[in-house]
Amino acid sequence: MSVTATTAETQPFGRRAKRFMTDYPLVPLIVLLLLLVLVLNIMQPGIVNQRWIANSVKFAIPLALLAGCQTMTMLTGGIDLSVGTVATMAAFFVATQAVDNPTAVAIVIALVPALLIGFANGIGVGVFRVHPLIMTLGTSLIGVGFLQVYQRTVIASGAKVPDSLTWLGTGLTWGIPNALLLFVPVAAFLIFMQRRTGFGRLLYAIGDNERATRLAGVKYWQVILALYMLSSVLAGIMGLLYIGLIRAPSLSLAEPLVLPSVAAAVIGGTSIFGGRGGYTGTIIGALILTVLTTLLTILQMPEGARRILFGAIVLLVTAAYLRIIEER
Amino acid sequence: MIRTLRQNGWVVGLIALFVLLFIVTKLIQPNYGAGDFNSLVRAVLPYAFAVAAQTMVVIAGGIDLSVAAMMALTSVTAASMMDGASEEYALFVVPFVLGLGLVLGAVNGILIVVTRVPDIVVTLATLFMLQGVALLVLGAPGGAAAEWLKALVVGTVPIPGVPESVAAWIPKSLVLLAVLLAVVWIPLRRSKLGLSIYAIGSNPLAAFRSGVPVARTKIAAYAIGGLFAAMGGLSLTMSTGIGAPIPGPYLLASVAAVVLGGVALGGGKGGLLGPIIAVFILRLVRTDLTLLAIDPNVTAIVEGVILVAVVMFGAFITMRSRPS
Repeated sequence: MSVTATTAETQPFGRRAKRFMTDYPLVPLIVLLLLLVLVLNIMQPGIVNQRWIANSVKFAIPLALLAGCQTMTMLTGGIDLSVGTVATMAAFFVATQAVDNPTAVAIVIALVPALLIGFANGIGVGVFRVHPLIMTLGTSLIGVGFLQVYQRTVIASGAKVPDSLTWLGTGLTWGIPNALLLFVPVAAFLIFMQRRTGFGRLLYAIGDNERATRLAGVKYWQVILALYMLSSVLAGIMGLLYIGLIRAPSLSLAEPLVLPSVAAAVIGGTSIFGGRGGYTGTIIGALILTVLTTLLTILQMPEGARRILFGAIVLLVTAAYLRIIEER
Repeated sequence: MIRTLRQNGWVVGLIALFVLLFIVTKLIQPNYGAGDFNSLVRAVLPYAFAVAAQTMVVIAGGIDLSVAAMMALTSVTAASMMDGASEEYALFVVPFVLGLGLVLGAVNGILIVVTRVPDIVVTLATLFMLQGVALLVLGAPGGAAAEWLKALVVGTVPIPGVPESVAAWIPKSLVLLAVLLAVVWIPLRRSKLGLSIYAIGSNPLAAFRSGVPVARTKIAAYAIGGLFAAMGGLSLTMSTGIGAPIPGPYLLASVAAVVLGGVALGGGKGGLLGPIIAVFILRLVRTDLTLLAIDPNVTAIVEGVILVAVVMFGAFITMRSRPS
């Protein structure tokens, strides 16, 4: 123990800092988050209070849920771009079905398209070996088509957001967002799954070396199928929560969150090439992006500039991770 | 003879499929005439350029996810520059926008070469960035196009010595497409650069060892792809008269047409003719669905399913042909 300590001290500071960042990737992330909050507080003194924090958390949760889909799929070297459409479909279905049905039934109906799209993604990626990016883009295109057809059939009956979802999405209990009631168990489940279960290990294994994993006897397509279905269901759940937060069903409800969800996972330290990362970092990544969005809103940055910035973040962080991996 | 046929078997098959579909169209709608063909070609135009852009990049062993966003950006740039400007000013706008496409494509290539991040990730990031720039250029659909530019894609070409009934089947937009693609593609195919592009797509390591400048060739392939995307953006502005900052459904369509056109997604194989015919086929299927009086939204679903099925098929073929 002491030997390693002395050798570490003789190394130059730059390498030690890099070493520290690769060993504890969460620490610099949390520092970055606090730094952003500090900048925000300097620019607009007094903005950071309990209400602001509760509000930020409320908006970070849907993003973190979608980023959870990206984290899981990215661990295997994939990506899921259909999450925006899946979430929108779930939200739209629940709002329109809740008019005639009890909420529980509406929720079940709303999750059916999520399962179907996840199934199609899983088959396409797992069995036919289409690149996940293209496959999920295609299924999301089909999903949008279905949504438009469906919209015309329910145009007369109108829409209603179930009260329970509004309570969950917008409500506060003693200043704490109710959405945490949903998020904390989901996050705990995801982190437990990634770290402690065989399925989680398989995700890392496939992302690390797919060929070796298959030679080791893993049924690749089964894992991928389960993964993409899980990802879609998670996106569907996010849609249910999001409709409670936004309270206005539309055909492009969750679409603007797709890019930030990829960015959140990448910032959180999940490698887009697969095999490294985890959900804990993604949660902090989602918080960072939410604070950053507030910052950009205060600076009156237009939507276009925000997209440029998020795209640049994805590219820069990915390039930086590549360098770190290569130096090892 | 047989050798050429075998080499171009895929393209011949595609042409046969196109003719077959055309007969089907004629059966569904006996009135389907030159005018309808004209509008088909005009609808194909932006898709065809998107496919050409994608083909270039895929042959070089990459993939360009930013093609639709690049078209949106070049389209809004052209439309907002021509807004309220004189007709002659457009003579300056067109080369400027084409140059812009060339530069944007080259930037994609440079980013891939310099950062060594895979093509698919880099172009995903630039897809978002270009979308953002397009929104900054023009917040909502708007702008204008010069009259002579719009006239370029409307109507037919009067060719002396050709009877009216035949000339009616040669729309201006088809001639424009053929000329623009040929001007770039044919010299390229015969040049050293073209050969290098095929070489790096088929085996980058072997190409490198044979003295092909892999990085430079890759950048060149992306730049030419960007040029085609700019043509696509211009054709969008030409046919609609405005520019829209939201990218159309060209990305998936371009990938599907490339696969259907016999270009291997791994790179190094195929030509430009196959994908272009493939995109005509895909559009004609859409026309048929519309003629069958199917709800346009359902048409979108069917089209999406076809595209996904084609891409799945292509991936399946690639998987089979790869020795593992």
